Amino acid sequence: MADNVKPKVRVPKTAAAGEAITLKTLISHPMESGQRKDDAGNLIPRSIINRFTCEFNGQSVIDVTMEPAISTNPYFEFEATVPEAGTFTFTWYDDDGSVYTESQDIAIG
Amino acid sequence: MTITRRQTFMMALGASVAAAMPFRAFADASEDSIAAFTGGAEMGTEGLTLTAPEIAENGNTVPVEVSAPGAVSIMLLATGNPTPDAAIFNFGPLAASQTASTRIRLAKTQNVMAIAKMADGSFVQATQEVKVTIGGCGG
Repeated sequence: MADNVKPKVRVPKTAAAGEAITLKTLISHPMESGQRKDDAGNLIPRSIINRFTCEFNGQSVIDVTMEPAISTNPYFEFEATVPEAGTFTFTWYDDDGSVYTESQDIAIG
Repeated sequence: MTITRRQTFMMALGASVAAAMPFRAFADASEDSIAAFTGGAEMGTEGLTLTAPEIAENGNTVPVEVSAPGAVSIMLLATGNPTPDAAIFNFGPLAASQTASTRIRLAKTQNVMAIAKMADGSFVQATQEVKVTIGGCGG
């Protein structure tokens, strides 16, 4: 597994019911593309995060299929509707089977 | 051994075909991805916005934004990369807008392409050329 994988998300603390909010996510990950070679000329095997999802109270906001062309430390920005108070859950799926999750509560007010 | 003019000509032809092959392979790979996503359907050009810089100094991280109101999913392709697929965004019921931004790698100057699948099953595409100063795929 990749070392020091650390997800970061930015979610507003509060929102009005039904308001559209902007979410920003960043996760530190080398996203080894499988195209690069090491000093000895051997191909470095691919090791990337291949899927990212964001859910709010179990309902999908976005589900992204990721390929090696996504940059190191994958960043995503998108918008979500907040119908009620609840929790955003962000999940990243690694090639090696690891799953990284992060959640943030949001209140109405 | 003597080399005739005809042989020289044939050798040159062979070399130029060999040189052209990798580009052909890239184009085929993008077309395969597009066909897998659209099922070969016709694509319109209205209703999808692809925002990318005209010139990217560093191909390792090029900010790209796609926006297509009413889309179910948007595929992003870097047509000049060894593997052209970049990402597929699937928007769920709580997506406030069908907009997403991310950062992608570009191996060289090339066309970045986005294809949106609309709720009614039609497809829309947008393309923008990005000039890359330093490529982003290593090797």
